[in-house]
Order: sequence, then C-alpha cells, then structure tokens
Amino acid sequence: MIKETELQLDQLDQELAALREKSKVPQLRIWQLEGERRKLLEAYPELTPADKVYLARRPKRPGVRDYTAALFQDFFELRGDRLNKDDKSILGGVAFYHGIPVTVIGHCKGKNLEENLYYNFGMPGPEGYRKALRLMKQAEKFGRPIITFIDTPGAFPGLEAETNGQSEAIARNLAEMSQLSVPVIAVVTGEGGSGGALALGVANRLLMLENSVYSVLSPEGFASILWKDSSRSAEASAMMKLTAQDLLRFGIADEIVPEPRGGAHRTPNAVYTALDEALLRNLKELLPLSGERLATQRYDKFRKIGTSKEAI
Amino acid sequence: MNQHSPHPKMTLFSMLRLPTQKARKESSEKEIPGYTTCPGCKKEILRAHLSDRQMVCPQCGHHFPISARERLNMLADAGSLQLLNLPACPENPLDFPGYPEKLEENRQKTGMPEAALFASLKIYGQPAVVVVLDSRFFMGSMGVQVGEIVTSAVEYALEQQLPLIIFSASGGARMQEGILSLMQMAKTSAALARFAKEGGLYLSYLTHPTTGGVSASFAGLGDITLAEPGALIGFAGPRVIEQTIRQKLPEGFQRAEFQEEHGFVDRIVPRGEMKSTLGFLLLIHQKGGMPA
Repeated sequence: MIKETELQLDQLDQELAALREKSKVPQLRIWQLEGERRKLLEAYPELTPADKVYLARRPKRPGVRDYTAALFQDFFELRGDRLNKDDKSILGGVAFYHGIPVTVIGHCKGKNLEENLYYNFGMPGPEGYRKALRLMKQAEKFGRPIITFIDTPGAFPGLEAETNGQSEAIARNLAEMSQLSVPVIAVVTGEGGSGGALALGVANRLLMLENSVYSVLSPEGFASILWKDSSRSAEASAMMKLTAQDLLRFGIADEIVPEPRGGAHRTPNAVYTALDEALLRNLKELLPLSGERLATQRYDKFRKIGTSKEAI
Repeated sequence: MNQHSPHPKMTLFSMLRLPTQKARKESSEKEIPGYTTCPGCKKEILRAHLSDRQMVCPQCGHHFPISARERLNMLADAGSLQLLNLPACPENPLDFPGYPEKLEENRQKTGMPEAALFASLKIYGQPAVVVVLDSRFFMGSMGVQVGEIVTSAVEYALEQQLPLIIFSASGGARMQEGILSLMQMAKTSAALARFAKEGGLYLSYLTHPTTGGVSASFAGLGDITLAEPGALIGFAGPRVIEQTIRQKLPEGFQRAEFQEEHGFVDRIVPRGEMKSTLGFLLLIHQKGGMPA
C-alpha cells in the first residue's frame, strides 16, 4: 500500500520546510533529509489501482485553484447560478490562457477540514451544475473555449440537492454540453466520481493525469452495493477499471498527462508544465474547427463508447 | 423489488394456480392462494382483479410494477406494436467476474434480452417510438446495451420524424460495466439534445423507481415529464441520503408527488389514464390539428 510511503514523504517534506525557515539553516541536516526523500522516491512502488485512488484523493494534490493560478493569467471569478445561490464546490470564471480568453470551470476541494466544509468536499448541488452551465453558455456566446477541471467524489446526495433537482441539473448539463459550439477540454486532475464528474466532462478532449481515476461510483460505494461491504474497496478498485490507463484503452480518455514520481502533489511544477503543454497542443488542434464540427466531433466521441470490442 | 409483486409473466391460468412450495414458503403465512397482499394498503387483493385493472390496486391505487412487454401491450393500438431490433454490443466489456452468469439469470427470469425494449406503435392511430425499461431486469440498470437501445430509439425517431416516449424504471448505472455505463448518460443525453434541436417531441414517463444515472440523463430531459403515482424519483437513493445527512427522510420524499410539487414533473398520471394522456399529448403536438 502506497499510504506508508506517502506518510513518510509527508513527514520529510514537513521537516524540510521547517528547517528551511530557520534563520540559521542547518544545511547538513537538510542534505540528509533530502537524501532520504530521494531514496523513498526512487523506491516508489508500482502503483495498484487502489493506490491510485488513494493518491488521486490526497488533499495536497493540486486542485482547480492551483491550476488556475499556475496556468492562467488574470483569472476573474464569476459566481452564482442566477436562480438560487452560489455553489462553492464549483469554481468558475474567465482568464487568459497564452493570450486566448477562456472560461475555466472546476470542482473545488479543500486542503483541510475547514476548507472542505466550505467547499462541501467538492460535491456540488444542482446550483453548482447550473452555475457551470451558465458559464458554458456564456463562453459559447462569446466564442471562448472552455477548460474544465474534474475532481469530485460525486454530486452531493443531500436533502436540499434532491429537492432542487440534482438529476435535472446533471441531465441538462450533459445535453447542453454536447451541443456547445466552442472547444471543450476536460482534465481529470484527481477523482472523477460518477455523474457529478461527467456533468463537467462532455468534452471534445478528455485529459487525465497519470494517477487520476474516473469511475461510475466510488470504490467504497461499489463494494457496498455488490458485496454489502464497503471495506472491500481495494478489491473493487481493481475490478472497476478506473485508472487513467484503463480509460485511455476504452477510448474515453484521449491523453494521459504524466506525473512525476511521487505524484502531482510532490512536485506540482512538473505537472503544471506537462499539463500546460498538453492543454495548449489540444486547444490549438480544436481552435480552427467550426462550431458545428466541434459539436459533431463531441457527439461521435461519446456515441461510439463501448459499442465495439476493438475499442475495449 | 417488491417481494409481494406477482409473477411478471402471469397468465390467468398461472394466477389461479396454487403457489408453489417455494413461493408459499416465501410469502407471508396468512397469504391465501390466488390473492396477493398490496404493499400500499396491506389488504388481500384477488390477483385476477389486479390483472383486470392494469395491476393497480382497486383498494388504494398502488401501482404494482409491470413488465416492459405488459406496458407496451397496454399502450399499443391493436396490431400496431412492432418490436424493433436491439443493437448488438459487446457483452461484459470489463470482463467482470460473474457478470455473464448474472445476465443469463436475468434473461431466464424475465424472458428479455436486456433491461429495455424498443418498439414502434400507434396510440389512438398516432405513431410513436417507445422505449420501456424493465425494473425486473438487473433493476433496469443502464449498461452499454441499454444506452445503445435508448440512443438508437432517439436516432430512429429522428430519422422517421416520429415522437418519442420513454418509460423509465431504473436503479441507475449498471455497476458491472463501470465507467462505460457512466458514459451512456452522456451518449443518451447528447442524442436527445440533437433530437430536441431538430424539433422532436420527447415525452418522459417516470415509473417506479427512476434514480441515479437514468434520472440524471435521458429521463430528466423530456419536453413533458409525466410520472406514475408513488414512483420514487431522484438522483441519490434514499438510503445513501440518509447515510450522508444522518437523519431520516420525511414521508413522501422523492416520490412522484414530491417531484411534481417541486417543479420537476408536469403531471402525475395513473396507469388507467396513461394511454389517453399520451394520446392527447401526441395529438396536441401534431402540426395541423386533428389527425387524419
């Protein structure tokens, strides 16, 4: 299990950060710790699907706010669904991307409990999906490409969310996104959980970070439905075929963005560089296409998923 | 599924037949042969009476689940029903252990190849394309095949310029087909978006239960949404919600009547008014008024 290695690395990173802050930096100790860190990373094991689920959910992993700050210029947040409220679990706004105006939308998770309560653990209600749709239609109106960042355990299964039409909101997004006349690129950065992820994911291109996962349900939920035992989630992870590599094979993901050894959270800059390269390349391929072509290409991509054995 | 619900492929003969040893063991001790206990009013109902009343309890109006085939028979004008071919898809795409056996079991149990049927028929002389999901087959769950049936029906309706009616009854995505099931939500919704753009009429009829990936895709996209009385309709199932919020849900939560109250259903239509209601809605969407 990757957890032990990860916790050791966390410990080292914490110690290193503390040492570097001291007025008299104890260089020898830092070198020692860096050596240990390197050794741990070199011995970083081959990851199982359950390991990837664990990594994909690590709170330290970069999220939409980090990517927005690192990859885009002058992000301007736009809030609210114009019906009811502003759902904090989805962040949206406009920004420049290499000089191109774009609309950015993504699930927001917190890095600690307090933040998570604020962002509802990245689980949107219908208001979040309606905000996303509003911003997508706005992007279409002004001819802006849309870039979405997917990282959610799923749509929130709560009283209010159900009362306000969670199903309808997700269904509406799926239908409307499929028809958009601007390029849509979705990036799964962490966990893509169920319909709550797909509601931002009807894209021309789906990029997945190397250690990200995308599934019909959480492995815990899956195990609980199939075996009435949510503790068998590691087993479920292996059976569900939820890794980026699986999804590439199914033709659902179009490209895998490599992560450095130790995962995106250990060396975020390496991921920003890799993702930037992939995003820009894909965007440049989509930009010359007409609105009609873009909608058709998106339709055809989803139309054929799962229908032929070759694709599987 | 409700254990009191009568055997789906029931004929008058089988209804009057004494329950088998096994069935007798499973049913409550008080149950009288030829009768069934209504889960709505807990009264003993003569099964033949139920069958005469489209499987609606004469005492309390509880709607018993019916098979896709029964639904089509109730709806179609005599001689107009034509079952259309189900598009073939690879089975068990994830090589999920035990799934082919489960599929076979469900086929044996229901006599259906998959959880949905796709047909063309006439309702009071007006042609329509109809999809019916069957909750007895794998809880009506949507895998690639069901996604393909719905999408093909939408495309067929578009091509033939016919209105589309979908009766949903589903627990959501088919777990054994994993992420491929999830993607059927996008596929079916995209097909309906195209259909809508071309001016197609889509009537979504929600029956018990319509939840998960089905409620959050094609079932949620009707021009007009109807629901059977008492049907459970929602994204998350009641148990999941209760576990999440750690409190009991109020009586009637997520039922058809609740959804109507909150603006997600146009009208609750009891089974006895199903055909006339759909007939009217087809008629009023015909350009040029009265049908020929």
